[in-house]
Amino acid sequence: MVTLSSLIVMVLVVSAVLGFISASAMFLIWWERKVSAHIQTRFGPMRVGWHGVLQPIADAIKLLCKEDIVPVGVDKWVWWLAPFFVTVPAVMAFVAIPFGKNLIVQDLNLGILYIIAITSTGIFGIFMAGWGSNNKYSLLGGMRSAAQIISYEIPLLISIITVLLFSGSLSMQKIVTAQAKYWFILNPSLFVAFFVYIISATAEVNRAPFDLPEAESELVAGFHTEYSGMKFAMFFIAEYTNMFTISAIAATLFLGGWRGPLLPGPVWFLIKTYTIIFVLMWVRWTFPRVRVDQLMGFAWKVLTPISLVNLIIAGWFILK
Amino acid sequence: MIADYGYVGLFFLFGIVFVASAFIVSWLLRPRAANPVKNSPYECGEAVKGNSWIQFNVHYYLIALIFVIFDVEVLFLTPWAIILRELGHVAYVEMLVFIAILIFGLIYAWKKGAFDWQ
Repeated sequence: MVTLSSLIVMVLVVSAVLGFISASAMFLIWWERKVSAHIQTRFGPMRVGWHGVLQPIADAIKLLCKEDIVPVGVDKWVWWLAPFFVTVPAVMAFVAIPFGKNLIVQDLNLGILYIIAITSTGIFGIFMAGWGSNNKYSLLGGMRSAAQIISYEIPLLISIITVLLFSGSLSMQKIVTAQAKYWFILNPSLFVAFFVYIISATAEVNRAPFDLPEAESELVAGFHTEYSGMKFAMFFIAEYTNMFTISAIAATLFLGGWRGPLLPGPVWFLIKTYTIIFVLMWVRWTFPRVRVDQLMGFAWKVLTPISLVNLIIAGWFILK
Repeated sequence: MIADYGYVGLFFLFGIVFVASAFIVSWLLRPRAANPVKNSPYECGEAVKGNSWIQFNVHYYLIALIFVIFDVEVLFLTPWAIILRELGHVAYVEMLVFIAILIFGLIYAWKKGAFDWQ
């Protein structure tokens, strides 16, 4: 049964993970600004601390002290609950992410399926924000976001199922163990699955070139146009936490997770995860946004057929 | 087995506490200076016209319907993928038929223009 001491340990673990999530989100916000600045031959934040490393803390204080504007005509309950519905699933996904050999909160036997199921409920929050704001830009952003996320969910899931063929388990630790001989990305059909995964995951977290839900030039800020202060900060934390989650899944499923020579497991895991995040940032600041009429077609006409055919070929490989 | 999910519940509670505490701290610190102009919905400075809860493109519903079909397909594929090695060729052929029917459905939706945005 649950004793007091084990409960205290559990609470400490959860607090440590929440601390990591906040620190990681802050670091990523600073890093994104730096990467974008250097790609555009600017410096980015330079004033607060060494090369602006304390900028996210200044931002956090600023957002904490901002006036909270509640526009007239918002759907009160929906509007207020939206930041919860976005942030809580993003936090809950961390239960099953393996940082090291023994460094995982709980190695659930449903592992990857749990993470996918939990993170995809974040769409409720985004749509609630879009609907509840009583703002035309927000509604359009929310609708687009819902359509985009469910469309790209299919190729994303099928590419993950291709990995399951080879791992034979849903547990994150067993998927890492299955890569003892070689990283899954070195397998030809999983190589294809990796690219399908990365492209659809980029769309899942609404990042450029798939950032239509918050296309600044047409929809202001999309679903969070009306949010200010701490509520806005929650959408930002959730966005960067989700970005960490999808990169962590990519590192675990395709790049061998915490496996690697010499360095300890968690270091390898973070190196791989942040490398993928860097690639996502690089993509964001290099490619222009796709058009809305190209967006749905790309998911259903290109990615879904590719991933289905890839799955059939991979299944044949398993059995031959 | 069910005890494994204790952490899931705890993360759920702490996630709510995390967001709520941020809101409470901000509620204590922030200024309050609301006025009708500031509180009107943002429409790039124009006066607000009408309600935003209006009819929208029917395509969103089509996409949602197709999504439901394919999501259920993925649900069927997951257990199949995990134990394919043990099930062998019969299961592979069965799933091939299943996927073929779905691909046929995908082509049908494609020809009907469900994925073309106007």
